[in-house]
Amino acid sequence: MAAAATAAEQGLRVALIDSGRQLGGQYFRHPAPGLNAPWIAHLHHGWSRFERLATRVETSHRIAVLFERQVWAIEPGFNVLTDRGPIAARNVILATGSYERVVPFPGWDLPGVFTAGGAQALLKGNLVLPGRRVVVAGTGPLLLPVAAGLSVAGANVLGLFEANRVRGYAKHPVPLLKNPAKFLEGVDFARQLLRARVPLRSGRMVVEAQGTDNLEAVVIAHSDGSNRRRIECDALAIGYGLAPQIDLGLTLGCENKLLSDGTVALRVDRSQRTSIRGCYAVGETAGIAGVECSLVEGEIAGLAVAGASPGGPLTPRRDRLRGFADVLRTQHPVPAAWRDHLTPDTLICRCEEVPARAVAEAVEDLGATDARTVKLLTRAGMGWCQGRVCGYAVACLARRDPAEPASAADLLAAAKRPLARPVRLSVLTELDQRNK
Amino acid sequence: MSVQFTFDGRPLTAESGQTVGAALLAAGVQSWRTTRFGGRPRGLFCGIGVCFDCLVTVNGEPNVRACLTPIADGDAVTTQAGDGRG
Repeated sequence: MAAAATAAEQGLRVALIDSGRQLGGQYFRHPAPGLNAPWIAHLHHGWSRFERLATRVETSHRIAVLFERQVWAIEPGFNVLTDRGPIAARNVILATGSYERVVPFPGWDLPGVFTAGGAQALLKGNLVLPGRRVVVAGTGPLLLPVAAGLSVAGANVLGLFEANRVRGYAKHPVPLLKNPAKFLEGVDFARQLLRARVPLRSGRMVVEAQGTDNLEAVVIAHSDGSNRRRIECDALAIGYGLAPQIDLGLTLGCENKLLSDGTVALRVDRSQRTSIRGCYAVGETAGIAGVECSLVEGEIAGLAVAGASPGGPLTPRRDRLRGFADVLRTQHPVPAAWRDHLTPDTLICRCEEVPARAVAEAVEDLGATDARTVKLLTRAGMGWCQGRVCGYAVACLARRDPAEPASAADLLAAAKRPLARPVRLSVLTELDQRNK
Repeated sequence: MSVQFTFDGRPLTAESGQTVGAALLAAGVQSWRTTRFGGRPRGLFCGIGVCFDCLVTVNGEPNVRACLTPIADGDAVTTQAGDGRG
C-alpha cells in the first residue's frame, strides 16, 4: 500500500494486486463492513495510520486495486501471472509478507491447534475466538499481541509460554534504545496481560497436544522435557516466528540471504532493489522486520521505482528499524530441542500425512542427506501448502546431527515454487490459448 | 446482519462478512474435513490461506478454503472426506 501510494504520487500508474478482499493485509486485517464488537479498537495499533494510507490508495486515480487475485508466477520483463489472467508491468514491487513458522510436536494436527497468527486473523477478521480457554505459546514478539487480543476479546488466556529466555535483550542496548517506541509497545502488551492476570512464562514450550478428535489439553515443559505440566484447554495458538514469502522473487532469479533465525529473505540494496533489474522487495519479503519497517520500505521503493531519491528521514528510519529487527531475530530462535519431543507417529507433513518415522527412515536408512531427497522419498512438502508448513522442519530433520542448523540450500528447497500458488488447470490452459 | 446456512444438514446462523471457517467455529464446530489417508479430523490451522488444512465442501464444491471463503446466506456446508471427490 505504501509503495503503491508513493509511486502513484510520483506519477506512475500502479496495479495493486491483493489476494484479500479488502486493503490491510495481515497486520491491518479488519472485519468486513457491518461486523463489530465493543473491544474492536483494542485489536489495532496505529489504526489511524492505516486509514491515512488507505485514503491515499483509494483516492488515487493512478492506482487500480485488484482484490482476490493470487499471483502464481512472474515472468521476466515483467508478466505478472494471476489466477484471473496476466498483467504486464515495467517494474514489480514484491510486498508478499510472510507466513508463520511452526515446528511439529505430538498432537499438533488436532483441531483446536492454530498458528498464533491464524488465531489472530480469526479474531481480527471475523471477531471470532478460536476457543474459550486458550494457551498461547512458541517464540517471538507476535505472541504478545495475540495473547492480549484474545484476552481483551473475552477468551480465558491460560498462559503465554515463550520458549526463549528474554534476558538476552540486555546484550543489545543500542538498537533497543534507538527504538524506544517498539520497546514500549512490548512493555504495554505485557502490562495488559498482567492486568488480565495472564501468566507469562519464558523458557517453556509445548511438547505435546492431547485429545482424541479435538484438542483437550497441552503439555508445557522446559525444552529438555523437565517440569512437565498439563493444561486443559480448547485452543492453542502457537508460532515460532515468521518466514518471508519469497517464492515469486526466487522464480525470477532474485538473490537471497540466510538470516540468523534460519529464515531466507530476498537480498535488497539501499533502494530496496533486488538483484533483478526492475524488481523490488519491501518489508517481510526482504527479511522479517515488522509493520513499521514495511511501511517505510514501501515508501522508499515507491520513490526509487519512479526514479526519485529517497531523501530525508526515510533511509535512516529504515536502518534503525532493521537494526531492531536483527536483534529480535537473535533472541527468538526455534529451540533446537523441538526434535527431541517428536514421537515416531508425529506428523511432520500435515498435507501428505508423513510421520516422523518416515522422515527418520529416509535420513537414517535410505541415505537422504538433503531436504529435497527427503521430500522425494517421503512426499513431505509435496502437498497443498507447498512445503510452507513443514519446510523448515524437514530442512532441520535432513541433518542427522540435531546440533547442526538447517542449511540455506535445504531451506530454499522448500521455498522455491515455480507455481507460487496452487492454480486450477483451467488457468493454465487459458494462458496457453493466449500464447497461441 | 445474520445469514442462515447449514452444516451437514444442521441449520446454523452466522454474521454476514465472516468466513465459512469462522462461522463454523462460532457455532462450536472445530473440524469439517477428514484426511485422505488417516481419516483424521481437521479444521482451521493457519487461518490465512496458506496451509489448506481447512478444506471443506460448500454447495457441493469440494476443496474450498474455509478460512478465506465468505459465508453466504443459504450455503450448504458439508464435511469433506479425503479429497472430496468420493
